Amino acid sequence: MHKLLNDDPGRKTLLLGNDAIARGAIEAGVAVTSTYPGTPSSEISLSFFQASQESDLYFEYSVNEKVALEVSAAAANSGLRSMSVMKHVGLNVASDVLMTLAYLGVKSGLVILTADDPLMFSSQNEQDNRYYGKLSGLPVLEPSSVEEAKEMVKSAFEISETLQEPVLFRTTTRINHSTAVVEYGELQERKTKGYFVKDPENMVAVPAVARNLHVKLLENIKKAAALSNESPFNFISGAGRLGIICNGVSYGYASDALDELGVSDQIKVLRIGFSNPMPDRLIKDFLKTCDKVLIIEEGEPVMEEAVKAFAQEEKLTLPINGKGEGLFSRLFEYDPTLVKTCIAKYFDFPYTATTHLDLSNIPEIPVRPPTLCAGCSHRSVYYEVKQAAAGMDVIYPSDIGCYTLGYLPPLSMTDFVICMGASTGTSCGFSVATDQKVVSFIGDSTFFHSGISGLINAVFNKHNFTLVILDNRITAMTGHQPNPGVDMTEMNFDGYDQIQIEDLVKSLGVQHIAVTNPYNIKKSIATIKDALEFKGVSVIIARKKCTLYAQSLKQLPDRAFYVSDKCQNHRNCIDEIACPAFYLDGEKVQINSDLCVGCATCSQICPEKAILPLKKQKS
Amino acid sequence: MKPTRLIIVAVGGQGNLLASKVLGEAALLSNVPVRMSEVHGMAQRGGVVESAIVFGDARSTIISDGEADLLVGFEPAETLRALNKCNKKTVVVTNLTPLPPFTVTIGSGVYPELENLQRLIREKTARLITLDAGDLAKTAGSFMAVNMVLLGSLIQTGVLPISAKNIEEAIRTTTKKAFVDINLKAFELGFAEAQKATL
Repeated sequence: MHKLLNDDPGRKTLLLGNDAIARGAIEAGVAVTSTYPGTPSSEISLSFFQASQESDLYFEYSVNEKVALEVSAAAANSGLRSMSVMKHVGLNVASDVLMTLAYLGVKSGLVILTADDPLMFSSQNEQDNRYYGKLSGLPVLEPSSVEEAKEMVKSAFEISETLQEPVLFRTTTRINHSTAVVEYGELQERKTKGYFVKDPENMVAVPAVARNLHVKLLENIKKAAALSNESPFNFISGAGRLGIICNGVSYGYASDALDELGVSDQIKVLRIGFSNPMPDRLIKDFLKTCDKVLIIEEGEPVMEEAVKAFAQEEKLTLPINGKGEGLFSRLFEYDPTLVKTCIAKYFDFPYTATTHLDLSNIPEIPVRPPTLCAGCSHRSVYYEVKQAAAGMDVIYPSDIGCYTLGYLPPLSMTDFVICMGASTGTSCGFSVATDQKVVSFIGDSTFFHSGISGLINAVFNKHNFTLVILDNRITAMTGHQPNPGVDMTEMNFDGYDQIQIEDLVKSLGVQHIAVTNPYNIKKSIATIKDALEFKGVSVIIARKKCTLYAQSLKQLPDRAFYVSDKCQNHRNCIDEIACPAFYLDGEKVQINSDLCVGCATCSQICPEKAILPLKKQKS
Repeated sequence: MKPTRLIIVAVGGQGNLLASKVLGEAALLSNVPVRMSEVHGMAQRGGVVESAIVFGDARSTIISDGEADLLVGFEPAETLRALNKCNKKTVVVTNLTPLPPFTVTIGSGVYPELENLQRLIREKTARLITLDAGDLAKTAGSFMAVNMVLLGSLIQTGVLPISAKNIEEAIRTTTKKAFVDINLKAFELGFAEAQKATL
């Protein structure tokens, strides 16, 4: 049985934050779950997916976050506890649903998980999604630890049902990807079949109805503020006339700092876990017992601005600071030493930080950036497009996925990246605004997610560019999740259909479509050249299964290559495609046969034809 | 219990997440509070994978610069890169088998010279234990067991409040059945190697 389905209350186990969140939802009897994968939230969905194979829990990989939230919104309004999981920028995609769903509300609990990524370990921005709570008027919960995350998810469903509103559950990477000991609770029974009761006065957001619904939402925000003031997730610890107000992981850093500075009897901490609406009464009372307050929150000064406004309402003039000069930043993530240093500095406690090592005589260490895997077909496609477009002045808009790594030298085939799906829309704009050639790249999953609408736009408005769809048959970057183009039978899953990208593109009216095998270099270059010459919208579907995915399906050919004595050291292989299977043995190029997957790309571009398949089978 | 802080750095695919998991399970068996965090989004794309493990009474799951009591590097250049996490009391364990990053192959970087690398770490920290974990892993039965070899050396230092017995038990329950014997052997070899370094 899947570990998160264990009916074993009291059991203590080590869980990744994301698994603790999934377990919390399962303990709460969640029935319908949906997602579009995105780091750092992806493991929550993976656990739901696995658990759904062994239980009556419904889970789906939706085509994008907007659809995911629509699925859950309908289920929650049919009486089923539901949850949608996404990374922070995913909520931008779902925000159109979010804003008006707040007007409609829900009949059963709906929790929307948004995983923020301070420092951008794997994201294109570090937006602070607490603002979505303010923007939509929905309650926001924020855990400070892995074990609290599990309990808080359960409460989130209850709060959602009390208020009849969705609840935003906001994590940061250091909650999602931390591991701690979690105690299992009781499994609540799952109600898996709902019934939709028609209620047009509340469920149909036309202007006449929406005017009433906005009134209802504002009343709900007041009710939510009352809950926030009473919430066990907003609590005070410690004592003294100095105060800290903090949230999320900062609470852990602050607690450790107070212990280590030995000042727990002089500084008290107000931890905010129910952060929208802010607990106004609780905060005002707290301020009245403090001489000086420090706000510790990663990201934007959301709490700081609210707390300062509360102080003004109470005519309190005590110093309140957070993101001020010499204190905390709006940038990146915090760490224990930073928090300790700022606390000591602001409240004037002695603290000498550990002396850092003098690293001035350390030689420069070569960087180790993530790279496209050995034999990754994206590398072959980039090489082919570069050859086909030789001599042209080309703009290469690209998109979000493993292939974004093509911006690194020596490939350097990425000029413009914003967000999921933007390659197609921006290509429209570049083709209008310039006379430069436009060739853009998008992965299969991202194309389904939101790239398709830009392509429809391009056909309708008669734009002029070539779109290369890098169809590696899976959502690779986030860990091999399915998308509508995936053949699910290969993974032994039934109950799924499959959408052919070429049929879809053809049906949109694209006049020039070709499918290539990226491992066939010469033929691909010729096919891409034809597409580049076509005036109008042309689409190349470069199709080859992700090597890691193929490996997991045991579909990789058992064939590595080696560099023979014919090698004249031209190094086209290293200088132009830079596959990580190459290494230098002195001055001689060699291939690591454990890494080589036999794609034969290098052997086709070697001017001496010196790269040959190993006769011997790989061990 | 006063916190003990451990940083593990490795290259994607070297198995440091499994090593962290074994340590976490062993801490659970030993009734030692434990919290860990990891950056693993790019683990399969050849980047650096870093785990932070805090044993004892602490709420933080990450470790600030200069605060590691123990640093274990699965790859020598990565050990050197992580020295910013150390202070002069830090104990360092490093594998000496280099996995040069691709930037070296394409000529945009130079791999640090190993003798110098060891000298630098030794002069800046309290103690350095070096080993060819790859060779010992092969002796144990699989080059994949590098992580268990390093775990052995790390436990031998005695810096962590975890016994070898509990690590062995965690290896039995956490790692794949087919590899348990190899992993236990690898752990033992790593432990013995660090012991030799002490003599």
